[in-house]
Amino acid sequence: MSQEQEKNYLENGEGFASWFFTVDHKRIGIMYLWAIGVFFIIAAIASFLVRFEHLTPGQTIMTAHTYNVLFTLHGSMMVFLFIVPGVAASFGNFLIPLMIGAKDVIFPKLNLYSFWLYLLGAAVFMIALAAPADTGWTFYTPYSIESGANVILITFGIFILGFSSILTGINFIVTMHKLRAPGMTWDRLPLFCWAAYATSLLQVLATPVVGITLLLLIGERFFGLGFFDPARGGDPVLFQHFFWFYSHPAVYIMILPAMGIISEVIPVFSRKPIFGYKAIAYASLAIALISFLVWGHHMFVSGQSKLINVIFSVITYAVAVPTAIKVFNWLWTLYKGSIELSTAMLYSLAFIFLFTIGGLTGLFLGALAADVHLHDTYFVVAHMHYVMIGGTVFGFFAALHFWYPKMWGRMFDEFKAKIAFVLIFIGFNVIFFPQFILGTLGMPRRYFNYAPEFQSLHQLSTYGTWIGAAGFILMLWTLMRPLPGKAPGNPYRSLSLEWSMDSPPGTFNFDEIPTITEPVYNYGTKIEEES
Amino acid sequence: MNWLPVSASTFAPGVDFVLWLVTIISVISCILIGFLLVYFVIKYRRKSDNDQTPAITHDSFLETLWTVIPTILCIVIFIYGYVFYDQYTTTPKNAVEINVTAKQWLWTFDYSNGKKTLNELYVPIGQPIRLVMQSDDVLHSFFVPAFRVKQDLMGNRYTYINFTATKEGVFDIYCTEYCGTAHSNMLGKVHVLSKEKFASWEDGSAKKVQKASSNLPPAEVGRQLYSDKGCVACHSIDGADGVGPTWKGLFGKNRIFADGTSILADENYIKESILYPGEKIVEGYGPVMPSYKGLLEDSDITAIIEYIKSLK
Repeated sequence: MSQEQEKNYLENGEGFASWFFTVDHKRIGIMYLWAIGVFFIIAAIASFLVRFEHLTPGQTIMTAHTYNVLFTLHGSMMVFLFIVPGVAASFGNFLIPLMIGAKDVIFPKLNLYSFWLYLLGAAVFMIALAAPADTGWTFYTPYSIESGANVILITFGIFILGFSSILTGINFIVTMHKLRAPGMTWDRLPLFCWAAYATSLLQVLATPVVGITLLLLIGERFFGLGFFDPARGGDPVLFQHFFWFYSHPAVYIMILPAMGIISEVIPVFSRKPIFGYKAIAYASLAIALISFLVWGHHMFVSGQSKLINVIFSVITYAVAVPTAIKVFNWLWTLYKGSIELSTAMLYSLAFIFLFTIGGLTGLFLGALAADVHLHDTYFVVAHMHYVMIGGTVFGFFAALHFWYPKMWGRMFDEFKAKIAFVLIFIGFNVIFFPQFILGTLGMPRRYFNYAPEFQSLHQLSTYGTWIGAAGFILMLWTLMRPLPGKAPGNPYRSLSLEWSMDSPPGTFNFDEIPTITEPVYNYGTKIEEES
Repeated sequence: MNWLPVSASTFAPGVDFVLWLVTIISVISCILIGFLLVYFVIKYRRKSDNDQTPAITHDSFLETLWTVIPTILCIVIFIYGYVFYDQYTTTPKNAVEINVTAKQWLWTFDYSNGKKTLNELYVPIGQPIRLVMQSDDVLHSFFVPAFRVKQDLMGNRYTYINFTATKEGVFDIYCTEYCGTAHSNMLGKVHVLSKEKFASWEDGSAKKVQKASSNLPPAEVGRQLYSDKGCVACHSIDGADGVGPTWKGLFGKNRIFADGTSILADENYIKESILYPGEKIVEGYGPVMPSYKGLLEDSDITAIIEYIKSLK
C-alpha cells in the first residue's frame, strides 16, 4: 500500500492541454466516456422525437422527411458514435491496464491517436448533418447512391471511426498479451478482459470490411463505377452482404463488453466465484468466431438463394447456444450467494432478464418461415433494442455505477440511483414490449404513417419514452452530484486488482507491478472438491 | 388481445405454428429464468457482511444440461422453420403468374389477360398465385401480413412470391423495405374474390366499375381515384406539405417552376403533369413522380381534374 502523497490521475495536470494531449489510459477512457455520453444524449433525443411523432397516425409534429432524417440520425449515431466505440473504448481503456496489473496500455501514444481519430470521424459525421441523410443507418443501395443528402460525407466519417476502432483493438490485444502482471495467467484474467479481447479481435478483423464497402460506395457516387447500382450493372444485394458482414460481428462488438461488465459485477455482490469461468471465457470467443458466419440472416427476404438462407439459419442457431450458456452461468453464480442489491447489481440482474428476452426473440427471427413474416417489422426493432438497450446499455449503466468510486474518487446516492433504475427499467419495457406485438401484427418499421388500428400500441410505446427519460434524467442528476467525502479504495470488498489501489488511482496505477497468486473471483469458502 | 393478423393463405398456418412454438418455449424459459432470478435474490439476500458462501465454481451435470437442452430446442425450431419455408418457396405447378412492378411509391400489377391495376391486386380464392416482381428504381419489399409473405424487389433481377389465398376479403399490402420519403404511404390492397366474382372481374369488370361510378359526379370519381391510384402517397388535400405539392387550392393558381418559368394551373397543365410529370417541376420539389401514361383513362384524368377543382 502506498502511503505517499502521490497525486491521483484526475489531479495530475489541469486545463485542456493536460487532457487533450494526455497518454494516460485512464484520462483517455474518461474523455471517451464524455464524448460517447454526449452522442448518446443527442441520439436519444432524436428517438424521443421519433416516438412522439407516433402519438397519432399521419403528421403529429413533423413531416415525413424530417421523421426519416431523425430515425437515420438516431440509428447511425447510436451505432457508430456511441455503442460500437462506447463500452470497449471508454471502460476498456480505463480498466484493462488496472485489471491486468499494468501501468498503461502498451502503445499509449497510439491510444491517444485513436481517440483523436474518433473525434475527427465524429466531426465529419456532424458536418454531414448540414444535409442530413434519410437512408436509415444501413445506407442500402441504390437509394443511398441516388440520395441528394450528404451520404458520402457521413460514411466517410464512419470510415475514419473504423480506423479508430481497429487501432484501439490492436492496442488492447497486444496489451493483454504482453503486459499481464506476473502470475496473471490467462485462466486468471478477469472476464471483462476476456470480453474485451474477443471484442478487439472482431474490431480488427471485421472493421476493414465496412471500410472497403464505404470506399466502393464513394467510387460509385463520384466515379460512376457500377458496384451496387442496378442502373450501372451493379448488384444492390452485394452491398447488403458487405454491410452485414461487418455489421453482424459489430452486434457482438456492442454486446460482448457488456457481458464482461456483468461478469465482474455479479460475483462481487454475490460473494461467490463466477460460475463456469472457463465456459464464459470460451463462450465469448466462440460467439466472436461464429458471429462472422451468420450475416446472411439479415437477408432472408433480400433475394439471396434458398440454400444460402437454410445454411445461415443453421449457423444462427449455433450462436444461440453459447449465449444461453452464459445466461445460465450468471444465474447460477447467485445460487447460495450473499446477494447485495446495489444499483450496479440491479442493472446487472436486469441485464440477465432483458437480454434473455432479447435472445429468445432472436429465435423467432432465425426460423426461416417466421422471419419471412417478421422481417422489417417492429418485431425486429423490439428484438434489437432488447439486446442493445436491455443488454449493452444496461451493462453500460451498471459499469457507470460500479466503477464510479474508482473513476471519480467519490460515492453517489444509491437510493436516488435505484429510483432512477426502476423508472428506466419500467420505461424501457413499456417502450419496447408493445413493439413485439406491433411486429407480429405486421406493422412495418421506418413508417412515418400507420394504420389507425395500431394507434393504441404506438401510444403506449410513446408513453414509455416519457418514463424512461425521467429515469435517465434522475440518473444523470444523481451521478453529477456525488456525495461529500472521499471514496474508499475498495468499497465493495472486491478481490479484483483494480480495487486494490486508492480511488481514484495514481497516474501510474501501481507503485510496483503486483504478483498474482490466486484466481480472480476467489470468493467464498472452499469446500472439498469431489473430483 | 390478438397478436397475429387474420390468417388468409395456405402458408399462414405454418408460420403461426412456428410463432406459437417459439412463443411457448420463450415464455417458459423467461418464467424459469425470471423465477430463479427473483427466488435467488430473495432467498440468498445478504444478511450480514460476514455471510459464509460456498466457493462453487462449476458443476458438470448442470452445465451439460443447459448446453444440451437449448441445443435440442434450437434444432427443433430450425427444422419447423425450414419445413414451412420450403413449402412456401416451392411453386405449385398450376400457379398463375402476375407481374408486379414497384416504383416510388406505387405498385403496378400486370395480369396475363392484359389487365393492369394500380395498388389493387385481384386474385381468386384457392388459386395458387406466383408473383413475378421487379423494381423500377430503389429497393422495395412486398408484404401482405394476412398471407405471412414478404419479399424484396430490386432493379436487376426478378424475385418471386408464392401464395394461395384461403379467405375472401380485402387485405393490406405494405412496402417493408425503406424506399424514401413516402415509404409509409406505399400501400396497396389485395382483393381475394370468389371464383365467380373473379371471373366477372376478369371479363372487363373495369367497365362495370366505370359504369357504376358514372352515376357519380366526376369530382366524386376523382376522389376515389385519388386514393385508389396512389396519388394520396405524395399529394395532400389539406394543404400539408408532402413529397409533391398539395392539391388544395392548386387549380387556377400561378405555378412557379424550378427553371424560373411560371404558368397558370389549368386543365391542360394538370393533364400534362399526370402524363409527363418530368416536363414542369414545381419549385422546391424533386423530379420523382412516375408517369401515369397508360395507367389512367382520359375520363379518369378528367375526373381527377374535377376533384382538384373542388379542393379550394
